Amino acid sequence: MARAALMDFDEALERFDPVIGLEVHVELNTRTKMFSSAPNPANDEFHGAEPNTLVAPVDMGLPGSLPAVNGTAVRYSISLGLALGCGIAPSSRFARKNYFYPDLGKNYQISQYDEPIAFEGTVEVELENGRTFEVAIERAHMEEDAGKLTHVGSTGRIHGAEYSLVDYNRAGVPLVEIVTKPIVGAGADAPALARAYVATIRDIVLSLGISEARMERGNLRCDANVSLRPKGQEKFGTRTETKNVNSMRSVERAVRHEIQRQAAILADGGTITQETRHWHEDTGTTSPGRPKSDADDYRYFPEPDLLPVEPDPAVIEELRAALPEPPAARRRRLKAEWGFTDLEFQDVANGGLLNEVAATVEAGATPAAARKWWTGELTRIANAQGADAAGLAEPAHVAELAALVDEGTLTDRLARQVLEGVIAGEGSPREIVDARGLAVVSDDGALIAAIDEALAAQPDVLAKIRDGKVQAAGAVIGAVMKAMQGKADAARVRELVLERAAADS
Amino acid sequence: MSEISAEQVAHLANLARIALTEEEIEHLTTELGQIMQAVEKVSEVATPDVVPTSHPIPLHNPLREDVPADVLSVEEALSGAPEHDGTRFVVSAILGEEQ
Repeated sequence: MARAALMDFDEALERFDPVIGLEVHVELNTRTKMFSSAPNPANDEFHGAEPNTLVAPVDMGLPGSLPAVNGTAVRYSISLGLALGCGIAPSSRFARKNYFYPDLGKNYQISQYDEPIAFEGTVEVELENGRTFEVAIERAHMEEDAGKLTHVGSTGRIHGAEYSLVDYNRAGVPLVEIVTKPIVGAGADAPALARAYVATIRDIVLSLGISEARMERGNLRCDANVSLRPKGQEKFGTRTETKNVNSMRSVERAVRHEIQRQAAILADGGTITQETRHWHEDTGTTSPGRPKSDADDYRYFPEPDLLPVEPDPAVIEELRAALPEPPAARRRRLKAEWGFTDLEFQDVANGGLLNEVAATVEAGATPAAARKWWTGELTRIANAQGADAAGLAEPAHVAELAALVDEGTLTDRLARQVLEGVIAGEGSPREIVDARGLAVVSDDGALIAAIDEALAAQPDVLAKIRDGKVQAAGAVIGAVMKAMQGKADAARVRELVLERAAADS
Repeated sequence: MSEISAEQVAHLANLARIALTEEEIEHLTTELGQIMQAVEKVSEVATPDVVPTSHPIPLHNPLREDVPADVLSVEEALSGAPEHDGTRFVVSAILGEEQ
């Protein structure tokens, strides 16, 4: 495959104005599917089941089977719509989207078309650089996920496939598709905004508890529409839709790549083909998929097997009252409460550690100590392990560790050893201190004995200290710390060394 | 009055994965045109204050409890498949048409 020519990103932004539109699919973590009582593999309880073991007749579209709408999925969808600032339709309807592909046995997907459950909202999105955007939401609608196809063939890629294997476990998993209005004016921040938007959606669904929201499992998937228009032109250019971009980082890279690819074509006098494109994680490029179908080609019509959904207004108000604080507002509140600088706060937020730091502070640590442990030692260990710092340790354990340092039971150095034990699952910090005998020796008697021994062993050092060369004490302090196996407060040892050296003269 | 063209019929046949001969397309173009004219009569009486009827009975909201129930066994699920590998359905490769 010939590699597409790319224009330098900065040059592309000088000449063109990018317009993006994002479609995010959220798999809900209800216990059962959208239209059948089969267990839902997008719920942790049933994740990882063997192929075709979570399948009811409805999910395969067997003759005579009839869908029945999952009430919890409807409530979750309403909550999500409300959290996106959307209006909730007093009456909304399911529609059939007709297409032939073996990922759905019915030859249609039950979705919503002209009457989505939620419409017209806004989401406040904060970029890593601190800039904020109001992203307008067009709609959020309910639908079902499709089965999973594995293409088998000489190359393992779709185009070389000889046959495909179909697993219908995912068929019928409840989905909410959230569609933004075209986002203009982001300029060079467009790729970062796409990423931050998806991160915000993830924060929202996690705070609502309606999805496991794990992108690597496909619980959250993003299709990114990108078009360019020459600077100063009002009319939007032709867009491409890059499908199924499955990590935050890839969302940003895919938008950036499309801007650079389209800019090169347009600058060369070419035209953009309206099409879907596939994202390739390994090369960081996109390649053409099928030409984009017109909505007409799906021959949508109202789903005759289902009745309109008309949520009770009292239920909507109940769900509205139970909404968690919006992510952007929560960030502002926490930043103020913790008294962090912009940089300190971004360090925590961009590391995905807001919840951890908040929980650690709640467990009694000072904000500064919580931030220090999470963005410092825990992040360092996580990076070394190639893991996420979030989830490496219990916030309560981190708070306990900070308290042990505060009360003088542990030095920073000992605390790091205890933390390793905590991460290894050896128990709480206090349990590890007891089990490993790591507490700082605060018994001056034991310290003085070790100091006297060290001073006697190094008479030259003792002489220097007595001559006022206080920095010479370092050698004695080192020997004492070694004798104490590091379990002493170096500052206290220093005090005592100077005291003993003077006392003996 | 609605018209339907032979191209539209051929396009619809393609979407529906139905192979039609030229003669069949011509025949269906005439027939579908007549059907559409008949349906158009409805719009003569449909005014904005008449809500389209997608169901004959005014019901709504029969929501299901979110409680897992029995599923098919793998054997049952695969029993109607022309071909399978013991756990999954085997279908012929279809080039890049994922929705």
